[in-house]
Amino acid sequence: MAAIETENLSKDYYVGFWRPKPYRALHDLTFSVEEGEVFGFLGPNGAGKSTTLKLLMGLISPTSGVARILGKPIGDLSMRRRIGFLPENPYFYDYLTAEELLTYFAGLSGLRGPDRAKRVAAALDDVEIGAERRMRLRSYSKGMIQRVGVAQALVAAPDVVFFDEPMSGLDPLGRRDLRQLMLRLRDRGCTVFFSSHILSDAEALCSRVGIVAQGRLVAQGRLTDIVAFEIRGWELVVADLPEALRRDLETRVVAITPLSNNRYTIELAPSEPPEKFIHEVAQSGALVVSLNAIRTTLEDYFVSTVKSAQARDAEGLAG
Amino acid sequence: MRAIGLVALAVFRESARDRVPMAIVGFGIVLVAASYLISQMTAGQDLKIIKDIGLAALSILGLFIAVFIGIGLVAKEVERRSIYSLLSKPVTREQLLIGKYCGLVMTLAVNMLAMCAAFYAVLFYQQLTVPSNVQASWAAPATDPRLMIAVVLIFGELMVMTAVAVFFSTFAGPVTSILLTLALWVAGHFNADLRNFQEVADSPAAIYVARVLYYVLPNLAPFNVKAEVVHGVAVSASHVGLTLVYALVYVAMLLVAAMAIFRRRDFK
Repeated sequence: MAAIETENLSKDYYVGFWRPKPYRALHDLTFSVEEGEVFGFLGPNGAGKSTTLKLLMGLISPTSGVARILGKPIGDLSMRRRIGFLPENPYFYDYLTAEELLTYFAGLSGLRGPDRAKRVAAALDDVEIGAERRMRLRSYSKGMIQRVGVAQALVAAPDVVFFDEPMSGLDPLGRRDLRQLMLRLRDRGCTVFFSSHILSDAEALCSRVGIVAQGRLVAQGRLTDIVAFEIRGWELVVADLPEALRRDLETRVVAITPLSNNRYTIELAPSEPPEKFIHEVAQSGALVVSLNAIRTTLEDYFVSTVKSAQARDAEGLAG
Repeated sequence: MRAIGLVALAVFRESARDRVPMAIVGFGIVLVAASYLISQMTAGQDLKIIKDIGLAALSILGLFIAVFIGIGLVAKEVERRSIYSLLSKPVTREQLLIGKYCGLVMTLAVNMLAMCAAFYAVLFYQQLTVPSNVQASWAAPATDPRLMIAVVLIFGELMVMTAVAVFFSTFAGPVTSILLTLALWVAGHFNADLRNFQEVADSPAAIYVARVLYYVLPNLAPFNVKAEVVHGVAVSASHVGLTLVYALVYVAMLLVAAMAIFRRRDFK
Protein backbone atom coordinates (compact mmCIF):
# COMPACT_ATOMS: atom_id res chain seq x y z
CA MET A 1 0.00 0.00 0.00
CA ALA A 2 1.21 3.49 -0.81
CA ALA A 3 1.87 5.60 2.27
CA ILE A 4 0.93 8.79 0.43
CA GLU A 5 -0.92 9.12 -2.88
CA THR A 6 -2.49 11.96 -4.76
CA GLU A 7 -4.63 11.87 -7.89
CA ASN A 8 -5.03 14.96 -10.06
CA LEU A 9 -4.75 17.19 -7.03
CA SER A 10 -5.32 20.84 -7.99
CA LYS A 11 -5.65 24.02 -6.03
CA ASP A 12 -6.89 27.42 -7.12
CA TYR A 13 -6.39 30.54 -5.03
CA TYR A 14 -8.60 33.53 -5.67
CA VAL A 15 -6.74 36.79 -6.11
CA GLY A 16 -8.12 40.31 -6.32
CA PHE A 17 -10.58 42.06 -4.03
CA TRP A 18 -13.57 43.21 -6.09
CA ARG A 19 -13.66 40.51 -8.74
CA PRO A 20 -11.40 37.72 -7.50
CA LYS A 21 -9.97 35.57 -10.26
CA PRO A 22 -8.71 32.03 -9.78
CA TYR A 23 -4.96 31.49 -9.82
CA ARG A 24 -3.97 27.85 -10.19
CA ALA A 25 -1.22 27.12 -7.68
CA LEU A 26 -1.19 23.37 -8.27
CA HIS A 27 -2.04 21.50 -11.49
CA ASP A 28 -3.23 17.88 -11.48
CA LEU A 29 -0.60 16.59 -9.07
CA THR A 30 -0.40 12.80 -9.21
CA PHE A 31 2.25 10.89 -7.33
CA SER A 32 2.68 8.18 -4.73
CA VAL A 33 5.17 7.44 -1.99
CA GLU A 34 5.69 3.87 -0.83
CA GLU A 35 5.92 2.89 2.82
CA GLY A 36 9.40 3.21 4.30
CA GLU A 37 10.64 5.58 1.61
CA VAL A 38 12.41 8.89 2.10
CA PHE A 39 10.79 11.04 -0.58
CA GLY A 40 12.17 14.45 -1.46
CA PHE A 41 9.67 16.95 -2.82
CA LEU A 42 11.86 19.47 -4.56
CA GLY A 43 11.24 22.73 -6.29
CA PRO A 44 12.15 26.40 -6.36
CA ASN A 45 10.38 28.95 -4.16
CA GLY A 46 6.72 29.33 -5.12
CA ALA A 47 6.64 26.04 -7.03
CA GLY A 48 3.76 24.59 -5.01
CA LYS A 49 5.59 22.52 -2.38
CA SER A 50 3.97 24.12 0.65
CA THR A 51 0.57 24.16 -1.07
CA THR A 52 0.87 20.40 -1.56
CA LEU A 53 1.81 19.88 2.07
CA LYS A 54 -1.06 22.08 3.25
CA LEU A 55 -3.45 20.04 1.11
CA LEU A 56 -2.10 16.81 2.57
CA MET A 57 -2.45 18.20 6.10
CA GLY A 58 -6.02 19.41 5.46
CA LEU A 59 -5.07 23.04 6.09
CA ILE A 60 -6.53 23.98 2.72
CA SER A 61 -9.09 22.11 0.66
CA PRO A 62 -8.40 20.99 -2.91
CA THR A 63 -10.20 22.54 -5.86
CA SER A 64 -10.23 19.09 -7.46
CA GLY A 65 -8.57 15.71 -7.08
CA VAL A 66 -8.04 13.46 -4.09
CA ALA A 67 -5.25 12.60 -1.70
CA ARG A 68 -4.87 9.67 0.68
CA ILE A 69 -2.42 8.99 3.48
CA LEU A 70 -2.03 5.39 4.66
CA GLY A 71 -5.04 4.56 2.48
CA LYS A 72 -7.30 7.01 4.34
CA PRO A 73 -8.76 10.29 3.11
CA ILE A 74 -7.16 13.50 4.34
CA GLY A 75 -9.83 14.37 6.90
CA ASP A 76 -9.68 10.98 8.66
CA LEU A 77 -8.81 11.50 12.34
CA SER A 78 -7.61 7.93 12.96
CA MET A 79 -5.02 8.44 10.20
CA ARG A 80 -3.84 11.65 11.88
CA ARG A 81 -2.76 9.67 14.93
CA ARG A 82 -0.22 7.99 12.66
CA ILE A 83 1.33 11.04 11.02
CA GLY A 84 3.57 13.91 12.07
CA PHE A 85 4.04 17.31 10.44
CA LEU A 86 6.70 19.97 10.70
CA PRO A 87 5.50 23.20 9.03
CA GLU A 88 7.92 25.63 7.41
CA ASN A 89 9.33 28.12 9.94
CA PRO A 90 7.26 26.71 12.80
CA TYR A 91 6.04 28.91 15.61
CA PHE A 92 4.72 27.68 18.94
CA TYR A 93 3.42 29.12 22.18
CA ASP A 94 5.76 31.57 23.90
CA TYR A 95 4.80 30.72 27.46
CA LEU A 96 4.82 26.92 27.27
CA THR A 97 7.98 24.88 27.75
CA ALA A 98 9.08 22.37 25.10
CA GLU A 99 8.08 19.57 27.45
CA GLU A 100 4.61 21.04 28.01
CA LEU A 101 4.09 21.62 24.29
CA LEU A 102 5.00 18.04 23.44
CA THR A 103 2.88 16.69 26.31
CA TYR A 104 -0.05 18.70 24.92
CA PHE A 105 0.46 17.47 21.36
CA ALA A 106 1.05 13.88 22.49
CA GLY A 107 -2.23 14.06 24.42
CA LEU A 108 -4.04 15.24 21.29
CA SER A 109 -2.56 12.26 19.46
CA GLY A 110 -4.17 9.94 22.02
CA LEU A 111 -1.18 9.16 24.26
CA ARG A 112 -1.75 9.04 28.01
CA GLY A 113 0.04 8.53 31.30
CA PRO A 114 3.55 7.09 31.52
CA ASP A 115 3.55 6.20 27.83
CA ARG A 116 3.03 9.85 26.97
CA ALA A 117 5.82 11.01 29.29
CA LYS A 118 8.14 8.39 27.80
CA ARG A 119 7.35 9.45 24.22
CA VAL A 120 7.82 13.14 25.06
CA ALA A 121 11.23 12.45 26.59
CA ALA A 122 12.25 10.23 23.65
CA ALA A 123 11.21 12.82 21.03
CA LEU A 124 13.14 15.58 22.80
CA ASP A 125 16.15 13.28 23.14
CA ASP A 126 15.93 12.53 19.40
CA VAL A 127 16.41 16.21 18.58
CA GLU A 128 18.94 16.70 21.38
CA ILE A 129 16.97 19.21 23.45
CA GLY A 130 18.45 18.68 26.89
CA ALA A 131 17.78 20.64 30.08
CA GLU A 132 16.31 23.45 27.95
CA ARG A 133 13.15 21.36 27.63
CA ARG A 134 11.90 22.97 30.85
CA MET A 135 12.47 26.50 29.57
CA ARG A 136 9.72 28.54 27.99
CA LEU A 137 9.79 28.56 24.20
CA ARG A 138 10.06 32.36 23.99
CA SER A 139 13.69 32.03 25.11
CA TYR A 140 14.57 29.55 22.33
CA SER A 141 16.68 30.38 19.27
CA LYS A 142 15.31 29.79 15.77
CA GLY A 143 17.29 26.58 15.42
CA MET A 144 15.99 25.26 18.74
CA ILE A 145 12.41 26.05 17.75
CA GLN A 146 13.03 24.08 14.55
CA ARG A 147 14.23 21.14 16.67
CA VAL A 148 11.13 21.39 18.87
CA GLY A 149 9.10 21.43 15.65
CA VAL A 150 10.73 18.19 14.58
CA ALA A 151 10.16 16.69 18.03
CA GLN A 152 6.44 17.54 18.02
CA ALA A 153 6.14 15.86 14.62
CA LEU A 154 7.72 12.69 16.02
CA VAL A 155 6.14 12.61 19.48
CA ALA A 156 3.40 10.11 18.63
CA ALA A 157 5.90 7.74 16.90
CA PRO A 158 4.22 8.31 13.51
CA ASP A 159 4.30 5.97 10.54
CA VAL A 160 4.55 8.89 8.12
CA VAL A 161 6.23 12.22 8.73
CA PHE A 162 5.99 15.35 6.63
CA PHE A 163 8.73 17.95 6.90
CA ASP A 164 8.31 21.30 5.15
CA GLU A 165 11.78 22.80 4.57
CA PRO A 166 13.18 20.98 7.63
CA MET A 167 16.73 22.35 7.32
CA SER A 168 15.56 25.96 7.48
CA GLY A 169 17.07 27.81 10.44
CA LEU A 170 19.46 25.01 11.36
CA ASP A 171 23.23 25.45 11.58
CA PRO A 172 25.51 22.90 9.84
CA LEU A 173 25.61 20.74 12.96
CA GLY A 174 21.83 20.81 13.27
CA ARG A 175 21.45 19.92 9.60
CA ARG A 176 23.77 16.95 10.00
CA ASP A 177 21.83 15.80 13.08
CA LEU A 178 18.52 16.10 11.25
CA ARG A 179 19.85 14.17 8.24
CA GLN A 180 20.93 11.38 10.58
CA LEU A 181 17.58 11.47 12.34
CA MET A 182 15.75 11.12 9.02
CA LEU A 183 17.87 8.13 8.12
CA ARG A 184 17.13 6.59 11.54
CA LEU A 185 13.42 7.14 10.90
CA ARG A 186 13.75 5.37 7.55
CA ASP A 187 15.53 2.47 9.26
CA ARG A 188 12.63 2.20 11.72
CA GLY A 189 10.28 1.80 8.74
CA CYS A 190 8.85 5.31 8.92
CA THR A 191 7.95 7.02 5.65
CA VAL A 192 9.55 10.45 5.36
CA PHE A 193 8.21 13.08 2.96
CA PHE A 194 10.13 16.30 2.93
CA SER A 195 10.04 19.41 0.82
CA SER A 196 13.22 21.28 0.19
CA HIS A 197 15.12 23.43 -2.24
CA ILE A 198 18.44 22.27 -0.78
CA LEU A 199 19.42 19.61 -3.28
CA SER A 200 22.42 18.23 -1.42
CA ASP A 201 20.06 17.09 1.34
CA ALA A 202 17.87 15.32 -1.18
CA GLU A 203 20.90 13.64 -2.74
CA ALA A 204 22.10 12.46 0.65
CA LEU A 205 18.75 11.21 1.93
CA CYS A 206 16.19 10.36 -0.70
CA SER A 207 15.40 7.07 -2.33
CA ARG A 208 13.02 8.92 -4.67
CA VAL A 209 12.29 12.52 -5.49
CA GLY A 210 9.58 14.54 -7.17
CA ILE A 211 10.39 17.84 -8.79
CA VAL A 212 7.70 20.47 -8.90
CA ALA A 213 7.86 23.71 -10.86
CA GLN A 214 5.19 26.28 -11.66
CA GLY A 215 2.67 24.15 -9.77
CA ARG A 216 3.29 21.07 -11.92
CA LEU A 217 5.12 17.85 -11.14
CA VAL A 218 7.79 17.91 -13.84
CA ALA A 219 9.74 14.79 -12.85
CA GLN A 220 9.63 11.99 -10.34
CA GLY A 221 11.46 8.78 -9.79
CA ARG A 222 14.50 7.16 -8.24
CA LEU A 223 17.55 9.38 -7.95
CA THR A 224 19.56 6.79 -9.84
CA ASP A 225 17.05 6.96 -12.72
CA ILE A 226 16.82 10.73 -12.76
CA VAL A 227 20.53 11.40 -12.42
CA ALA A 228 22.70 8.87 -14.20
CA PHE A 229 25.73 9.99 -12.20
CA GLU A 230 27.91 9.39 -15.26
CA ILE A 231 31.33 11.01 -15.23
CA ARG A 232 31.35 14.21 -17.32
CA GLY A 233 35.08 14.78 -16.87
CA TRP A 234 37.85 15.19 -14.31
CA GLU A 235 39.01 18.12 -12.25
CA LEU A 236 42.69 18.13 -11.33
CA VAL A 237 44.05 20.79 -8.96
CA VAL A 238 47.80 21.34 -9.14
CA ALA A 239 50.28 23.76 -7.52
CA ASP A 240 53.56 25.27 -8.80
CA LEU A 241 52.90 24.29 -12.43
CA PRO A 242 55.84 25.24 -14.71
CA GLU A 243 54.89 27.84 -17.32
CA ALA A 244 56.05 25.64 -20.25
CA LEU A 245 53.90 22.71 -19.18
CA ARG A 246 50.92 25.03 -18.57
CA ARG A 247 51.15 26.35 -22.15
CA ASP A 248 51.49 22.80 -23.47
CA LEU A 249 48.52 21.51 -21.49
CA GLU A 250 46.29 24.34 -22.69
CA THR A 251 46.16 22.71 -26.12
CA ARG A 252 45.34 19.23 -24.78
CA VAL A 253 42.81 19.73 -21.96
CA VAL A 254 39.29 21.19 -21.76
CA ALA A 255 40.32 24.19 -19.65
CA ILE A 256 42.93 25.50 -17.24
CA THR A 257 41.72 27.97 -14.65
CA PRO A 258 44.17 29.83 -12.37
CA LEU A 259 43.37 29.78 -8.64
CA SER A 260 45.12 31.64 -5.82
CA ASN A 261 48.64 30.79 -4.52
CA ASN A 262 49.95 29.64 -7.91
CA ARG A 263 47.39 26.85 -8.16
CA TYR A 264 45.46 25.80 -11.25
CA THR A 265 42.38 23.73 -11.95
CA ILE A 266 42.82 21.52 -15.00
CA GLU A 267 39.60 20.17 -16.49
CA LEU A 268 40.01 16.94 -18.42
CA ALA A 269 37.67 15.30 -20.90
CA PRO A 270 35.95 12.11 -19.62
CA SER A 271 37.83 10.06 -22.24
CA GLU A 272 41.25 11.18 -20.99
CA PRO A 273 42.82 8.91 -18.37
CA PRO A 274 43.70 11.27 -15.45
CA GLU A 275 46.63 9.03 -14.38
CA LYS A 276 48.61 10.11 -17.48
CA PHE A 277 48.27 13.80 -16.55
CA ILE A 278 49.02 13.19 -12.87
CA HIS A 279 52.28 11.43 -13.91
CA GLU A 280 53.20 14.23 -16.32
CA VAL A 281 52.50 16.98 -13.78
CA ALA A 282 54.42 15.16 -11.04
CA GLN A 283 57.44 14.66 -13.32
CA SER A 284 57.56 18.40 -14.08
CA GLY A 285 58.07 19.10 -10.36
CA ALA A 286 54.53 20.45 -9.82
CA LEU A 287 52.37 19.26 -6.91
CA VAL A 288 49.10 17.36 -7.40
CA VAL A 289 46.65 18.75 -4.83
CA SER A 290 43.46 16.87 -5.68
CA LEU A 291 41.57 14.91 -8.32
CA ASN A 292 37.79 14.85 -8.54
CA ALA A 293 35.34 13.32 -10.98
CA ILE A 294 32.81 15.77 -12.46
CA ARG A 295 29.39 14.09 -12.37
CA THR A 296 25.89 15.05 -13.39
CA THR A 297 24.33 16.19 -10.15
CA LEU A 298 20.76 16.47 -9.05
CA GLU A 299 21.32 20.22 -9.20
CA ASP A 300 22.14 20.04 -12.93
CA TYR A 301 19.03 17.99 -13.53
CA PHE A 302 16.93 20.24 -11.33
CA VAL A 303 18.09 23.43 -13.05
CA SER A 304 17.48 22.05 -16.55
CA THR A 305 14.07 20.59 -15.64
CA VAL A 306 12.83 23.69 -13.85
CA LYS A 307 14.12 25.97 -16.63
CA SER A 308 12.36 23.97 -19.34
CA ALA A 309 9.13 23.98 -17.28
CA GLN A 310 9.38 27.74 -16.93
CA ALA A 311 10.06 28.11 -20.64
CA ARG A 312 7.05 25.93 -21.51
CA ASP A 313 4.90 28.04 -19.22
CA ALA A 314 6.17 31.27 -20.77
CA GLU A 315 5.47 29.89 -24.28
CA GLY A 316 1.98 28.90 -23.18
CA LEU A 317 1.33 32.39 -21.86
CA ALA A 318 2.73 33.99 -25.01
CA GLY A 319 0.66 31.67 -27.22
CA MET B 1 -14.31 15.81 24.94
CA ARG B 2 -10.73 14.90 25.85
CA ALA B 3 -9.33 16.94 22.96
CA ILE B 4 -11.44 19.95 24.00
CA GLY B 5 -10.16 19.61 27.58
CA LEU B 6 -6.53 19.39 26.44
CA VAL B 7 -6.86 22.46 24.21
CA ALA B 8 -8.62 24.38 27.02
CA LEU B 9 -5.90 23.44 29.51
CA ALA B 10 -3.13 24.51 27.13
CA VAL B 11 -4.87 27.85 26.48
CA PHE B 12 -5.34 28.37 30.21
CA ARG B 13 -1.71 27.54 30.93
CA GLU B 14 -0.43 29.78 28.14
CA SER B 15 -2.64 32.77 28.90
CA ALA B 16 -2.20 32.49 32.68
CA ARG B 17 1.52 33.08 32.08
CA ASP B 18 1.04 35.77 29.45
CA ARG B 19 2.27 39.14 30.64
CA VAL B 20 -0.53 41.17 29.04
CA PRO B 21 -3.45 39.75 31.09
CA MET B 22 -1.18 39.57 34.12
CA ALA B 23 -0.46 43.29 33.74
CA ILE B 24 -4.17 44.02 33.26
CA VAL B 25 -5.07 42.08 36.42
CA GLY B 26 -2.23 43.81 38.30
CA PHE B 27 -3.53 47.16 37.13
CA GLY B 28 -7.04 46.15 38.20
CA ILE B 29 -5.86 45.26 41.69
CA VAL B 30 -3.97 48.54 41.99
CA LEU B 31 -7.01 50.45 40.71
CA VAL B 32 -9.31 48.76 43.23
CA ALA B 33 -6.83 49.49 46.01
CA ALA B 34 -6.52 53.09 44.82
CA SER B 35 -10.30 53.45 44.96
CA TYR B 36 -9.93 53.49 48.74
CA LEU B 37 -7.69 56.57 48.55
CA ILE B 38 -10.02 58.26 46.05
CA SER B 39 -12.99 57.55 48.31
CA GLN B 40 -11.32 59.45 51.16
CA MET B 41 -11.56 62.63 49.12
CA THR B 42 -15.35 62.43 48.88
CA ALA B 43 -17.82 63.41 51.54
CA GLY B 44 -20.15 60.59 52.53
CA GLN B 45 -19.83 58.82 49.20
CA ASP B 46 -16.71 56.83 50.07
CA LEU B 47 -18.28 53.37 49.99
CA LYS B 48 -20.19 54.11 46.78
CA ILE B 49 -16.98 55.30 45.10
CA ILE B 50 -15.12 52.10 46.06
CA LYS B 51 -17.96 49.91 44.78
CA ASP B 52 -18.36 51.91 41.56
CA ILE B 53 -14.66 51.87 40.74
CA GLY B 54 -14.27 48.22 41.73
CA LEU B 55 -17.14 46.97 39.57
CA ALA B 56 -16.15 49.23 36.66
CA ALA B 57 -12.58 47.90 36.86
CA LEU B 58 -13.84 44.30 36.80
CA SER B 59 -16.02 45.06 33.80
CA ILE B 60 -13.61 47.11 31.66
CA LEU B 61 -10.39 45.25 32.46
CA GLY B 62 -12.17 41.92 32.08
CA LEU B 63 -13.27 43.10 28.63
CA PHE B 64 -9.67 43.94 27.70
CA ILE B 65 -8.52 40.47 28.76
CA ALA B 66 -11.39 38.80 26.87
CA VAL B 67 -10.73 40.81 23.72
CA PHE B 68 -6.95 40.71 23.60
CA ILE B 69 -6.54 37.05 24.50
CA GLY B 70 -9.69 36.01 22.64
CA ILE B 71 -8.38 37.52 19.43
CA GLY B 72 -4.95 36.03 20.00
CA LEU B 73 -6.40 32.58 20.42
CA VAL B 74 -7.39 32.20 16.80
CA ALA B 75 -6.36 35.24 14.72
CA LYS B 76 -2.79 35.40 16.02
CA GLU B 77 -2.47 31.65 15.88
CA VAL B 78 -3.42 31.77 12.19
CA GLU B 79 -1.18 34.78 11.55
CA ARG B 80 1.84 33.18 13.21
CA ARG B 81 0.94 29.80 11.67
CA SER B 82 1.18 27.89 14.95
CA ILE B 83 -2.21 26.48 13.98
CA TYR B 84 -0.53 24.37 11.26
CA SER B 85 1.04 21.93 13.72
CA LEU B 86 -2.09 21.84 15.83
CA LEU B 87 -4.45 20.99 12.97
CA SER B 88 -2.19 18.18 11.78
CA LYS B 89 -3.04 16.36 15.04
CA PRO B 90 -6.18 14.25 15.41
CA VAL B 91 -8.32 17.16 16.50
CA THR B 92 -11.22 18.68 14.57
CA ARG B 93 -11.46 22.39 13.96
CA GLU B 94 -14.66 22.45 16.01
CA GLN B 95 -12.93 20.83 19.00
CA LEU B 96 -10.11 23.33 18.67
CA LEU B 97 -12.43 26.33 18.67
CA ILE B 98 -14.54 25.13 21.61
CA GLY B 99 -11.42 24.14 23.55
CA LYS B 100 -9.91 27.57 23.00
CA TYR B 101 -13.11 29.28 24.08
CA CYS B 102 -13.35 27.16 27.25
CA GLY B 103 -9.67 27.82 28.05
CA LEU B 104 -10.20 31.53 27.77
CA VAL B 105 -13.31 31.44 29.96
CA MET B 106 -11.26 29.55 32.57
CA THR B 107 -8.54 32.23 32.38
CA LEU B 108 -11.12 34.97 32.68
CA ALA B 109 -12.67 33.29 35.70
CA VAL B 110 -9.32 33.12 37.51
CA ASN B 111 -8.44 36.72 36.63
CA MET B 112 -11.88 37.93 37.74
CA LEU B 113 -11.47 35.99 40.96
CA ALA B 114 -8.14 37.72 41.67
CA MET B 115 -9.60 41.19 41.02
CA CYS B 116 -12.72 40.31 42.99
CA ALA B 117 -10.63 39.23 45.99
CA ALA B 118 -8.82 42.59 45.90
CA PHE B 119 -12.20 44.36 45.63
CA TYR B 120 -13.62 42.57 48.69
CA ALA B 121 -10.37 43.12 50.63
CA VAL B 122 -10.68 46.89 50.14
CA LEU B 123 -14.38 46.76 51.09
CA PHE B 124 -13.54 44.74 54.19
CA TYR B 125 -10.88 47.27 55.20
CA GLN B 126 -13.41 50.05 54.73
CA GLN B 127 -15.87 48.21 56.98
CA LEU B 128 -13.20 47.79 59.66
CA THR B 129 -12.12 51.41 59.67
CA VAL B 130 -15.47 53.22 59.44
CA PRO B 131 -17.35 53.77 62.74
CA SER B 132 -20.56 51.82 63.14
CA ASN B 133 -22.75 54.95 63.35
CA VAL B 134 -21.55 55.96 59.87
CA GLN B 135 -22.06 52.42 58.63
CA ALA B 136 -25.69 52.65 59.72
CA SER B 137 -26.25 55.32 57.04
CA TRP B 138 -24.98 53.07 54.21
CA ALA B 139 -27.58 51.82 51.73
CA ALA B 140 -25.95 48.39 51.84
CA PRO B 141 -23.13 46.89 53.93
CA ALA B 142 -19.58 47.26 52.59
CA THR B 143 -18.99 43.56 51.98
CA ASP B 144 -22.50 43.10 50.65
CA PRO B 145 -22.69 39.58 49.17
CA ARG B 146 -25.22 40.93 46.65
CA LEU B 147 -22.29 42.60 44.89
CA MET B 148 -21.57 39.12 43.58
CA ILE B 149 -24.75 39.35 41.50
CA ALA B 150 -23.15 42.20 39.56
CA VAL B 151 -19.89 40.25 39.32
CA VAL B 152 -21.67 37.14 38.00
CA LEU B 153 -23.47 39.21 35.36
CA ILE B 154 -20.22 40.97 34.40
CA PHE B 155 -18.74 37.52 33.92
CA GLY B 156 -21.76 36.54 31.77
CA GLU B 157 -21.20 39.63 29.63
CA LEU B 158 -17.51 38.79 29.28
CA MET B 159 -18.43 35.26 28.18
CA VAL B 160 -20.52 36.82 25.40
CA MET B 161 -17.73 39.23 24.42
CA THR B 162 -15.19 36.38 24.39
CA ALA B 163 -17.42 34.49 21.98
CA VAL B 164 -17.72 37.65 19.85
CA ALA B 165 -13.92 37.99 19.82
CA VAL B 166 -13.45 34.33 18.88
CA PHE B 167 -16.14 34.65 16.18
CA PHE B 168 -14.48 37.65 14.50
CA SER B 169 -11.03 36.13 14.75
CA THR B 170 -12.12 33.08 12.74
CA PHE B 171 -12.22 35.17 9.58
CA ALA B 172 -10.57 38.56 10.27
CA GLY B 173 -7.05 39.63 11.22
CA PRO B 174 -6.14 40.56 14.81
CA VAL B 175 -6.53 44.35 14.52
CA THR B 176 -9.83 44.16 12.62
CA SER B 177 -11.14 41.62 15.14
CA ILE B 178 -10.24 43.84 18.10
CA LEU B 179 -11.93 46.88 16.53
CA LEU B 180 -15.06 44.93 15.57
CA THR B 181 -15.35 43.36 19.03
CA LEU B 182 -14.96 46.68 20.83
CA ALA B 183 -17.46 48.28 18.44
CA LEU B 184 -19.95 45.51 19.18
CA TRP B 185 -19.44 45.98 22.91
CA VAL B 186 -20.34 49.67 22.61
CA ALA B 187 -23.30 48.86 20.32
CA GLY B 188 -24.40 46.12 22.71
CA HIS B 189 -24.76 48.56 25.57
CA PHE B 190 -27.03 50.83 23.53
CA ASN B 191 -28.90 47.98 21.88
CA ALA B 192 -32.06 48.53 23.93
CA ASP B 193 -32.52 51.90 22.19
CA LEU B 194 -32.92 50.10 18.86
CA ARG B 195 -36.04 48.37 20.11
CA ASN B 196 -37.90 51.64 20.41
CA PHE B 197 -36.43 53.17 17.28
CA GLN B 198 -39.92 53.90 15.87
CA GLU B 199 -40.28 56.58 18.52
CA VAL B 200 -37.51 58.64 16.97
CA ALA B 201 -37.58 57.57 13.29
CA ASP B 202 -40.33 57.72 10.63
CA SER B 203 -38.77 55.61 7.87
CA PRO B 204 -40.22 52.05 7.94
CA ALA B 205 -36.97 50.74 6.40
CA ALA B 206 -34.87 52.32 9.15
CA ILE B 207 -37.23 50.95 11.79
CA TYR B 208 -37.01 47.49 10.22
CA VAL B 209 -33.19 47.62 10.09
CA ALA B 210 -33.09 48.79 13.71
CA ARG B 211 -35.35 45.91 14.73
CA VAL B 212 -33.15 43.36 12.92
CA LEU B 213 -30.03 44.83 14.53
CA TYR B 214 -31.73 44.68 17.91
CA TYR B 215 -32.12 40.91 17.57
CA VAL B 216 -28.73 40.26 15.95
CA LEU B 217 -26.46 42.42 18.11
CA PRO B 218 -25.83 41.31 21.67
CA ASN B 219 -28.02 43.08 24.20
CA LEU B 220 -25.61 43.87 26.99
CA ALA B 221 -27.74 46.31 29.01
CA PRO B 222 -29.34 43.59 31.20
CA PHE B 223 -25.86 42.52 32.33
CA ASN B 224 -25.27 45.92 33.90
CA VAL B 225 -26.78 45.92 37.39
CA LYS B 226 -23.92 47.83 39.00
CA ALA B 227 -26.05 50.85 39.98
CA GLU B 228 -28.67 48.60 41.58
CA VAL B 229 -26.27 46.57 43.73
CA VAL B 230 -24.25 49.62 44.76
CA HIS B 231 -27.42 51.31 46.04
CA GLY B 232 -28.70 48.11 47.62
CA VAL B 233 -31.65 47.83 45.23
CA ALA B 234 -32.84 44.25 44.85
CA VAL B 235 -32.10 42.44 41.57
CA SER B 236 -34.59 39.66 40.95
CA ALA B 237 -33.40 36.07 40.59
CA SER B 238 -35.45 35.78 37.40
CA HIS B 239 -33.56 38.73 35.86
CA VAL B 240 -30.23 37.11 36.70
CA GLY B 241 -31.38 33.68 35.51
CA LEU B 242 -32.85 34.92 32.23
CA THR B 243 -29.83 37.12 31.50
CA LEU B 244 -27.47 34.18 32.04
CA VAL B 245 -29.64 31.94 29.83
CA TYR B 246 -29.55 34.68 27.17
CA ALA B 247 -25.74 34.77 27.50
CA LEU B 248 -25.46 30.99 27.07
CA VAL B 249 -27.78 30.95 24.04
CA TYR B 250 -25.95 33.89 22.43
CA VAL B 251 -22.56 32.26 23.09
CA ALA B 252 -23.79 28.97 21.62
CA MET B 253 -25.10 30.68 18.49
CA LEU B 254 -21.88 32.64 18.01
CA LEU B 255 -19.74 29.53 18.45
CA VAL B 256 -21.88 27.58 15.97
CA ALA B 257 -21.44 30.41 13.43
CA ALA B 258 -17.71 30.61 14.21
CA MET B 259 -17.36 26.83 13.70
CA ALA B 260 -19.18 27.00 10.36
CA ILE B 261 -16.72 29.65 9.14
CA PHE B 262 -13.65 28.03 10.67
CA ARG B 263 -14.50 24.61 9.19
CA ARG B 264 -14.35 25.99 5.64
CA ARG B 265 -11.40 28.29 6.10
CA ASP B 266 -8.23 27.79 4.03
CA PHE B 267 -5.01 28.49 5.93
CA LYS B 268 -2.90 29.92 3.09
